[in-house]
Amino acid sequence: MVLFNRYRRGLFITSFLAAPVILYLVYVISPYVQAFYIAMTDWRGVTAVPNFIGLDNFQRLLGDSVFWKAVTHNIALLVLLPVITIVIALFFAFLLNVGGKQGVSGIRGSGFYRVVFFFPQVLAVTIVAVLFQQVFRPDGSGMLNAPLMVFGLGPVGFLSDPDLAFWSVLGVLVWQAVGFYVVLFSAGLAGIPKDMFEAAQIDGAGRITLFFRVTLPLLWDTVQVAWVYLGILAMDVFAIVWVMTDQQGGPDWSTTVMAAEIYRNAFEYFRFGYASALGVVMFFFTLGFAVLSLRLSRRERIEY
Amino acid sequence: MPNTPQITRRELLRGAALVPVAGALAACATPASQPAPSSAAPAATSAANPFGVGDKPLEVWIFDGGFGQAYATDIHQPLFKSKYANVEIKHNSTKEITKVLQPRFAGGNPPEVIDNSGANFMDFGALSQDGQLQDLTPLLDAPSWDDPNVKVRDLLDPSVIDIGTYDGKFSVLGYVNYIHGIWYSQKVFDDNGWEIPKTWDAFLQLCETIKKSGEMAPFTYAGKHPQYLYEPLLTMAAKIGGNDVLVDIDNLEDGAWTAEPMLTAAEKWAEVGAKYLMQGTAGLDHVQTQTAQNKKQVAMLPCGSWLENEQKSTTPDDFAYAMFPIPDITSSDAMPYGTLHTQPGENFIVSAKSAHPQAGMEYLRAMLSKKAAGDFSELVTTVTTVKGASEGRDISPGVTSASKAVADAGENTVYYRWYTWYGPLNDEAKAATGQLMTGGLKPKAYLERMQKKADEIKNDSSITKYKR
Repeated sequence: MVLFNRYRRGLFITSFLAAPVILYLVYVISPYVQAFYIAMTDWRGVTAVPNFIGLDNFQRLLGDSVFWKAVTHNIALLVLLPVITIVIALFFAFLLNVGGKQGVSGIRGSGFYRVVFFFPQVLAVTIVAVLFQQVFRPDGSGMLNAPLMVFGLGPVGFLSDPDLAFWSVLGVLVWQAVGFYVVLFSAGLAGIPKDMFEAAQIDGAGRITLFFRVTLPLLWDTVQVAWVYLGILAMDVFAIVWVMTDQQGGPDWSTTVMAAEIYRNAFEYFRFGYASALGVVMFFFTLGFAVLSLRLSRRERIEY
Repeated sequence: MPNTPQITRRELLRGAALVPVAGALAACATPASQPAPSSAAPAATSAANPFGVGDKPLEVWIFDGGFGQAYATDIHQPLFKSKYANVEIKHNSTKEITKVLQPRFAGGNPPEVIDNSGANFMDFGALSQDGQLQDLTPLLDAPSWDDPNVKVRDLLDPSVIDIGTYDGKFSVLGYVNYIHGIWYSQKVFDDNGWEIPKTWDAFLQLCETIKKSGEMAPFTYAGKHPQYLYEPLLTMAAKIGGNDVLVDIDNLEDGAWTAEPMLTAAEKWAEVGAKYLMQGTAGLDHVQTQTAQNKKQVAMLPCGSWLENEQKSTTPDDFAYAMFPIPDITSSDAMPYGTLHTQPGENFIVSAKSAHPQAGMEYLRAMLSKKAAGDFSELVTTVTTVKGASEGRDISPGVTSASKAVADAGENTVYYRWYTWYGPLNDEAKAATGQLMTGGLKPKAYLERMQKKADEIKNDSSITKYKR
């Protein structure tokens, strides 16, 4: 009887797990495995039987200067995007929630700002990219350049100057991400008991002390989550670069990222084997980042 | 489709990728044994009926894109009918040539005439490999529709025959001629007393004059799409050093990019980039720069003969588009003044395995008549590959100017194909040309970089190579 019950229980669990596990196997694991195989072929996307060419593709990518440029851009984004976004989002969240006079409420109009900050999150990435093409336009019709030109400063090639384009992309990514993390941190702040802030204030803590001594340590968990999310965003950033920048990752490859190079090789040059090899490399970068961030973020939870 | 070349190029690449798709699909859809080609005794040939058109129907498929399909039903087909009243014409059109027609080829009953154009055209290489393309050499050697003493071959721009030749057989007829040059407004030039420069020094002088006048900027190009600028650069190099400069580049010859004429051309354009570009050029696309020209903010830009049609909605009525060829660079240029870059498009094919290929060829012969080509030009405001077809017609200032340029050029037309053959080289050329024009790359470094990429492609065994 006991055995039968155990069997039935197992059946019950299996029946629930089967569907998601099969979906995961078919649509996630198996493409990964296939990518590893395709990476070792010369497949051009359509031939029935691709030729096995061993590690040739990997050897080729070692000398692919464009791809390595893309990798450095991803790494730069991996460092800069989370730092800048989190700093700005924390600042805003702090002002919106506990930055007011009493230290327990937001500054005036915080309800309004809360909505405004979230706007970018509502827009589709493609729309954001197209919008910013207009914002960055290098003539009198550009939103940024028009005032600059009124003051007699030449038009700035936000997207057409290879030294500047990367920073423009970073700016757009931050602009788009901040709103969500303001909300995330606000939620985190809401979870901190109000008496902590009151106690600190009674002890004479100013806003800055309050932020660094109370808010930040108590929010540390949320910040770590944000860091991982933003790191992943930085690893597979694609749409903004592909749609917004000149020559899709240019000018002169100054904004290209790994995902863009994979796409370019697969769907523009029809080198699916090589693109898969790039994908495998990107997979290991992402995996490395995930392992690293899990390692570094192990920390005791604070119980209130 | 003819309006934005950078899309066309991408479409071409995308199309190139479809080769194997078509092959694979054909492989599984093809019946084991093809029905014997319906070689019912062809009708007798004669001077008036050189291919022996019988009385079987003729099926025509038109790509319904930028040119629409009215030109086929209103111009070409009535003309054909006027001679062969007993041949029933089955007219069809689609925006998805491959999807609709690929199964017909696989099934062994393709239509006779196809305008194989647009984003989803069937790959010519694949069709040729399968023996699906009717050899159009008899068409070239046939007498022209209008004059029995003139062969069809003599009506066509030589590049049409070169580019339409697959596996040694002329099998693809490009009907529309894209003519590249420097475009300007005749009105603006007349109003300001500016003259078309015949030499490079005069061109620079003109740029200087325009700049000093304060009226507008001298020059611009679609900075976001630097292929608009490598076009005049390559054409200039061909003018200085001869057509072989471009043939060598197409064939990935050693040192083709770093050749002396290329260096001269790169230096000339880098100078324009440094001194005479409209502000912000590097960040503007083709529509933005062309509209700036319509607004008289800039005097000249390099483009092709689709420009006038593309800008229809923003061009002032009295703008009077016109173009001039690359000026003389040195006193000893290999090619004379007037040398042009022309590239045929809107490609028509006749299916070899169709029921009535003779009628298909005859249909093309009718299309190449002066009347058909001229009416077509007028209807869709463009230039055809038929020499002199728009003569004596007042179609539009741009078409008149471009047609005159072609007539003046005569045999001196050039073209290149590497950008459709080697996508990575095209992308590198865009990136590097943009840098050349903004001063980020010196001419020598620019060419060395291009050569490096060309060598890389040449030595990459995984990339299929082409020759011309």
